[in-house]
Amino acid sequence: MTTRALSLTNTTIGKKMVMAVSGFVLFGFVIGHMLGNLQIFMGPDAINGYSHMLHSTPALLWGARVVLLAAIVAHVTTAVSLVRMNRAARPVAYAVKKDVATDYAAKTMFLSGITIALYIAYHLAHLTLGFTKGLHYQPSLDANGLPNVYQNVVSSFKVPWCTAIYVVAQGALSLHLYHGAWSLFQSLGLNHSRYNDALRSSAVAVAMAVCVGFVSVPLAVLFGVVK
Amino acid sequence: MKFKLNVWRQDNAKTAGRFESYSIDGITSDQSFLEMLDVLNEKLVGDGKEPVAFDHDCREGICGMCSLVVNGRPHGPQEHATTCQLHMRKFTDGEEITIEPWRAGAFPVIRDLVVDRGSFDRIIQAGGYISVRTGAAPDANAIPVAKEIADRAMDAAACIGCGACVAACPNASAMLFTAAKVRHLNLLPQGAPERDLRVMKMVEQMDAEGFGACTNHLECEAACPKGISADFIGELNRDLATAILRSREASKNASAGG
Repeated sequence: MTTRALSLTNTTIGKKMVMAVSGFVLFGFVIGHMLGNLQIFMGPDAINGYSHMLHSTPALLWGARVVLLAAIVAHVTTAVSLVRMNRAARPVAYAVKKDVATDYAAKTMFLSGITIALYIAYHLAHLTLGFTKGLHYQPSLDANGLPNVYQNVVSSFKVPWCTAIYVVAQGALSLHLYHGAWSLFQSLGLNHSRYNDALRSSAVAVAMAVCVGFVSVPLAVLFGVVK
Repeated sequence: MKFKLNVWRQDNAKTAGRFESYSIDGITSDQSFLEMLDVLNEKLVGDGKEPVAFDHDCREGICGMCSLVVNGRPHGPQEHATTCQLHMRKFTDGEEITIEPWRAGAFPVIRDLVVDRGSFDRIIQAGGYISVRTGAAPDANAIPVAKEIADRAMDAAACIGCGACVAACPNASAMLFTAAKVRHLNLLPQGAPERDLRVMKMVEQMDAEGFGACTNHLECEAACPKGISADFIGELNRDLATAILRSREASKNASAGG
């Protein structure tokens, strides 16, 4: 018998499980965030009230931020370590290599991940921290005296390049989510041939729904549906 | 049939390799890919040149010795077949064919197209066996095994250890091989007593050999000459997680007991 305990997170499989669990947490956040955003279609009072509710409940806001930060740190550091390991595993590349089973989303996970990371930095600077507010919007208060989130969104997305950044980022996000959504079940050993196909189709559906939900807001503003 | 071959030539693991081109004529469509290489080697020897080194043994698709990445696909373009089962009729006359060795850090090139797959042997040595006390052979049907379980274990046991999964994987991961070998024994009652230790030791050895991690491309399953399902990889992941949880619990109980 071995006396030395094998630590799960030291194995490549354990690292994939860290990716899966942290990815699942981030996935949940993305869905919640998308649903929250859709309140823009219910008018300024709904979204401004929602924003006020979040900001006046520090336990919820900071609780979520701490969990998300931990998930992001785990997801990114593990990804970097896995990518380095995987690149080192094939020191001499093939002159000719044909891929027959994999897809674009799977092959570009690292690239889409980097795109999302850069986008998150911009997104936080834009709407959370307000570093770019002079460029896009002037903060104001609404009729109820609450910070006018609705107005911030509308003024920002009237700027076509700002909308373009968001739309491109959502494309990368949906590819990343599609591969992540079905792949995490495999990594955690929750796959079964009986429902693997359903899992793949659901991953496509969820990734598409998230993408459409998110881009509907900037596009609605740009095309004047939301004013 | 006529072909233009681009063949990887490498003197040993320490030297850098290069491609060399050869033209070959008079090949029949009924010849196997390896027979075509035999013809090439006869010609090279006749010309006083070094023949191309490549692995082969049974030439009937069960020994797992033959390898070769043919035009970018391990074991060539034919599904569920080894290189020795591949025939020249799968190619068009005059086609240019690129032949490379399995490329993975854990499979160093010995010479030309021959790689050292000793890393697979070491994974097996780490736990790919069952411990049996010697004595009279037990009755074959003394331990009942459900038909579904026996079938599933047989599907995993179909692995011939050729390494095409590693060669096909964008990360040169050995997950399909290790999954097949672990699940083959872990599914059966004969393998049950050592299942936790087996999965932990084999995964530990797999990682130590420098194979990459699985990122669920499923290229392995597509390249496997025996059609082994990547579902076994999920089962391997599950086995490892439960084994580690159980071993932690066991060590906690052991230390609590004294």
